[in-house]
Amino acid sequence: MTAFSALLMRDLRLAVRAGGGAGMGVLYFLIVVTLVPFAIGPELALLRRIGPAILWLGALLASLLTLDRLFAADREDGSLDLLLMAGMPLEIAIGAKALAHWLASALPLVIAAPVLGIFLNIEPRAMAAIAITLLAGTPALTFLGLIGAALAVTLRRGGLLVPVLILPLTVPVLIFGVAASEAAITTTMPFGTPFSILCALSLMSVVVGPLAAAVAFRHAE
Amino acid sequence: MNLGPHADFIISAYAATALVIAVLAAWIWLDFRALIRRLAELEARGITRRSERADASQP
Amino acid sequence: MDKIGSPQAAPGTSKRPLSVGDLANPSRFLSIVEPLLPWLAGATVLLMALGLNQVLAAPDDYQQGATVKIMYLHVPSAWLGMLCWGIMSIAALGTLVWRHPLADVAAKTAAPIGAAFTLICLITGSLWGRPTWGTYWVWDARLTSVLILFLLYLGVIALWRTVEDPSRAARAAAVFTLVGALNLPIIKFSVDWWNTLHQPASIFRAGGPTIAPSLLLPLVIMAIAFTLLFITLHLAAMRNEILRRRLRTLRLMQAQSAEH
Repeated sequence: MTAFSALLMRDLRLAVRAGGGAGMGVLYFLIVVTLVPFAIGPELALLRRIGPAILWLGALLASLLTLDRLFAADREDGSLDLLLMAGMPLEIAIGAKALAHWLASALPLVIAAPVLGIFLNIEPRAMAAIAITLLAGTPALTFLGLIGAALAVTLRRGGLLVPVLILPLTVPVLIFGVAASEAAITTTMPFGTPFSILCALSLMSVVVGPLAAAVAFRHAE
Repeated sequence: MNLGPHADFIISAYAATALVIAVLAAWIWLDFRALIRRLAELEARGITRRSERADASQP
Repeated sequence: MDKIGSPQAAPGTSKRPLSVGDLANPSRFLSIVEPLLPWLAGATVLLMALGLNQVLAAPDDYQQGATVKIMYLHVPSAWLGMLCWGIMSIAALGTLVWRHPLADVAAKTAAPIGAAFTLICLITGSLWGRPTWGTYWVWDARLTSVLILFLLYLGVIALWRTVEDPSRAARAAAVFTLVGALNLPIIKFSVDWWNTLHQPASIFRAGGPTIAPSLLLPLVIMAIAFTLLFITLHLAAMRNEILRRRLRTLRLMQAQSAEH
């Protein structure tokens, strides 16, 4: 078993245990989606119109929820120092942790989104489109988010800082994610256009995220 | 028996209810079996509770 | 409190009639509940069968047709979902006020069962809504209140799983349960108010049918059957939890003795 997969499996197992946060993200997603109709009224036509936006916002906030724990738990028990000293390149190690986070925290959101679409009266074809755009876009959220997590890990009240740092970076992902979902429903523009940009953003963040986080760690001490 | 034009929904409702109850009951039962087995393993190794050892040592 | 290990007559015999104190001791609780469980399970199955029989024989509603049969699942599960939070609240008082040893166990085991009944209520409500209201979900006052109750259940289950120390978890869950119990009337009231404020555009009846006697009997039987189901599952789960705590104690003892 390579070091990469060993680290990946370790993080996955930790994430699904009690207090790991995998289920918590989905629960938070459910709560956020439930809150929106209380704010804007239960009119189903309106909810259907903004349904994709609500789901994307909910997924964004829910994946943020668990991001600040990405490195904080390791820092607390000293594993972070071990990782920094290990033979594996730091970028690869961070990539393994980020992949584990995406699998354990973001993938359940993608699966939950169509179910939550029922509450917002979204039609089945739109639900599928939203799920696909989330699948393509959540890696961007995770890998961009880990930059903020890395920057904030050395700070005592860093957890509050992570959303503030990351949310502006995720604006393009949100824009193209919702645009792709809408394109699938209303067909005013071809689905491929915003969707391919979304995929490009994700691919870019898979590279930039670990690089930037590694730089943040090396300069943190 | 005629359940009318919406028979699918009625049957789905009953099926879903049965499924949730079945999963719940199965979880409780399987949990019980696992606990009994682990407690038996510990007892076989001679690790018992104070009260059981006290009872065993008294005639 | 009797010392553990001192020989004494079994509870329920002529030498020691059953008292409430017997229920407080986990071992005695087990010895009372274990023989009861098969009977409770059997009674549950019987009443469910009787209830389903009545449901099949019941007449259709003049407006909704046969879909009213979903009511026989939807309404009892709603009652049980709320009753369960009530039981958890009493257990919460037992934990915080009286430090009753079994209160923690009762509270922890009730939560997933209550969540399951609430989920049944949501699913059957959704399936009932589709043919009668046109959509799988409507933000009507009652379904919305049940959804919030479901979120509260998930929250308390998450709380139990996240706090590692059992007695700390019990106290935290107890506080949350009581706060939730106080809030439930407020939530119901505000959701009702929100619902009448917005008057959704689709046409649907805010309540179910007014119950005719021929529909009432199956409902009552199903309600009793569901209640028996809850009692059976809850007592069985409490038994499991007591065994689980024993296992934990034994493992800790084993770890300690290994050190010497």
